[in-house]
Amino acid sequence: MTAEHSTPGPAGRPVRRVDVLVVGAGPAGLVAAARLAASGAGRVEVLEREQEAGGVPRHCAHGGFGSRAHPRTGPVYARLLAEAAGRAGASVRTGVTALDWTAGGTGVRADPAVDAVGPAGPETIAARAVLLATGARERPRTARLVPGTRPAGVYTTGELQQAVHLFGQHIGTRAVVVGAEDVSYAAADTVRAAGAEVVALVTEHPRAQTGGIRAGAARLGHGIPLLTDTTVAELLGRGRLSGVRVRHRDGRTAVLACDTVVFTGDFVPDHELARRGGLLLDPGTRGPAVDGFLHTSRPGVFAAGNLLHAVEPAATAAREGATAATAVLGFLAGSTGWPAPGIPLTVEAPLRWIAPNRITPAGPPAPYVLRTGAPLTRPVLRVRQDGRLLHRERPAPWTVPPGRTLTLSARWTGQVDPAGGEVRVSAG
Amino acid sequence: MTGNARGHATGNANGTGTGSGTVTAEGPLPPRTYDVVIVGAGVVGCALARELARHPLLSVALVEAQDDVGQGTSKANTAILHTGFDAAPGTLEARLVREGYARLGAYAAESGIPVERVGALLVAWDEEQRAALPRLAEKAERNSYHESRLLGPAELYAREPHLGPGALGALHVPGESIICPWTTTLAYATQAVRAGADLHLNTAVREVGRDGGHRLTTSRGTLRARHLVNAAGLHADTVDRLLGHDDFTVTPRRGQLLVYDTFARPLVRHILLPVPTALGKGVLVAPTVYGNVLLGPTAEDLDDKQATGATADGLAGLRDKGRRILPALLDEEVTAVYAGLRAATGQEDYRIAAHPGQAYIAVGGIRSTGLTASMAIAAHVTGLLASTGLDLGPVREPDPVTLPNLGEAFPRPYQRPELIAADPEYGTLVCHCERVSRGEIRDALAATIPPRTLEGLRRRTRARAGRCQGFFCGAAVRELFETAHGEGPRT
Repeated sequence: MTAEHSTPGPAGRPVRRVDVLVVGAGPAGLVAAARLAASGAGRVEVLEREQEAGGVPRHCAHGGFGSRAHPRTGPVYARLLAEAAGRAGASVRTGVTALDWTAGGTGVRADPAVDAVGPAGPETIAARAVLLATGARERPRTARLVPGTRPAGVYTTGELQQAVHLFGQHIGTRAVVVGAEDVSYAAADTVRAAGAEVVALVTEHPRAQTGGIRAGAARLGHGIPLLTDTTVAELLGRGRLSGVRVRHRDGRTAVLACDTVVFTGDFVPDHELARRGGLLLDPGTRGPAVDGFLHTSRPGVFAAGNLLHAVEPAATAAREGATAATAVLGFLAGSTGWPAPGIPLTVEAPLRWIAPNRITPAGPPAPYVLRTGAPLTRPVLRVRQDGRLLHRERPAPWTVPPGRTLTLSARWTGQVDPAGGEVRVSAG
Repeated sequence: MTGNARGHATGNANGTGTGSGTVTAEGPLPPRTYDVVIVGAGVVGCALARELARHPLLSVALVEAQDDVGQGTSKANTAILHTGFDAAPGTLEARLVREGYARLGAYAAESGIPVERVGALLVAWDEEQRAALPRLAEKAERNSYHESRLLGPAELYAREPHLGPGALGALHVPGESIICPWTTTLAYATQAVRAGADLHLNTAVREVGRDGGHRLTTSRGTLRARHLVNAAGLHADTVDRLLGHDDFTVTPRRGQLLVYDTFARPLVRHILLPVPTALGKGVLVAPTVYGNVLLGPTAEDLDDKQATGATADGLAGLRDKGRRILPALLDEEVTAVYAGLRAATGQEDYRIAAHPGQAYIAVGGIRSTGLTASMAIAAHVTGLLASTGLDLGPVREPDPVTLPNLGEAFPRPYQRPELIAADPEYGTLVCHCERVSRGEIRDALAATIPPRTLEGLRRRTRARAGRCQGFFCGAAVRELFETAHGEGPRT
């Protein structure tokens, strides 16, 4: 009766079969689909619930996408990826929502099947392999438990960018941006592009979580104050936001008059389909637990992109899409069975998560990505299994703030004892 | 429930019979003298307008200070359809809740208002609470509710396996149900307007004078009425004083509530009610018809009738209590935080008083049970109007309404192939978290009582009410809303 238990469409609905079903047409899904279609994986279909393919880059109207040789803005990058997938022969279907896994399977082999709906009605699609690439989103004001009233004018960066760049909507005149990481500065740029003033950036951290050049340009070039060690204690105003009450770590409070507030960062995977499918989730990332070749705990189901690590740049998601394509091709060729769940890879505080987060014999094609919850100065990462030191690495000769990518090479995985306990990564 | 997602749209064409009333939100008010003016378009005022609309010879106006129906206590409550098992026996409230439960239950089934009869468990966490359970069972009997039953811990945990440790037993009240408060108020108001009642929004009553009948001075000018009903909820005492009475004072009691993600819904099967003790009421954990889980409310007596903000202390306190009741709940995300104000008058009963000499009826002190009792209150007040000189005239049952289904226990439009085949807009989802189609949003925007804000649209469709709060769909939903409102060029 509840959403999670909702039953699929009427029994007897014809099941359409494809070779690979990709859910989500962001960078990871589109790159995987293009590779798979070009590599002769058979019928490759991508379901995208939005009206346009491309994912989050569609509304990132700034540079930083594409390659060094071919820099692109987000919207151009999104369009090129979608065109490439289509050219390679993948069927990219927009406006179609994957709702849930088909209850009880489809009666034909053990292939996973998905119930979907679109303007043409409900359908059930079975696939030899499913790739989940459903992305991530920012946690909104409610999930952050910010007290106060419920006025209009409260945004996340995702909504703000769509409002401004896709629809040209008016967003108010004075905005407070909550956060001081890369996405926060992108939000501030969007506010300014919409003709509004950025009152301040507010971060609970002692300094900006971004490159010094960007923070300096915002502060000095545009006169945007950065309030550090400060949290939003209350939203004010009825009907429309009239201000936010902020509180400094030392207890002082102040009201910033504004009609718009943007909650930035604090990304979480959009993992609804993964949860509905009973996939094992990693407690750190809250996305599906995957091994180095992006196998989830459910046979035939792979996952890639920011569903696994909220969030990394589009290039990382795209690279994983390519990895997933390779893995799917191997699976379809029958050369490899589905790996057992493998050995958990976990982190110790202040590290927050690592992805991929399972070690199986399937191997580790790419470096791991990690996040820290507190600044790490010239960190040393240590990898241990059952107390045995497997590897030691210095990932960055500078201070790594929370919210920034840390990477760990994968060259130590050969030393993992397949019969041993979990592998732990610590930072010191 | 007979689902018809196009209820709104088909209703617009419904111009047969006595003719539809009008809905206004600006400009001058009509110069006519209404037979009855109801002040306050909350769930009680709307139910009364609907009841009076059964009498086609009456002219009725519903006036509301805010820009939508159900904007006060009616939109921010625990959304429970009460049996009245724990009312104070012998009171008017006890009788009207009992009657209202049956009437609204039947009305919901025919009008598309989602109701789930999940039942309630009053969970005892200490000896004092356990000792109180038999007395509550006896009280239920005195309120003519005969289905309650005491449960031991084994049966309790079998029914609620995710309950936190340490519960000693419970009283099971199988009739307690969950309901959609937004659709209830909207169904009443929609049916009333279609049957001829006028709804005047953004109309705050400032003064009430007399010249033959009532002359109301409002923020939109003068309105005249032969009979006046005060259903102003939190402001009922203020309106009462405008008529020269000083019978009661409404003290707003704030109830903060947390709404958890639909992922939490499988954690709880019943409404988990606290056992009232000398130390006051605790908090409840309840499923909602939308598939969420509620935790709350706080109970804070305040002076400010607009203090609908949530506080850090309030939320922290709720989370502490929720952690004991249903520990796994705290692992899920919060998708909404809200605070409602209940109209406490310091007396454990409704304050419904007829003033025949003034052709005036005060409907005050309608507390948290008002949603349940609304139809019975309406019938009761209609009887009072008749007994104080209003000629109701003949009865003609209004055309039934069918509101779009917002509940998870009934098919939503995206789950109905025949609907999508007839109109593909019901298969095009805009709000992904709540699975709201473009067709539903279009219908709501063209309905008899359309929303005037995005919040109003949310209450009619669930659009933007989910876990992403608009990250994915917010701008697209706003675009549909602004296009429908013909809003001009934007920056």
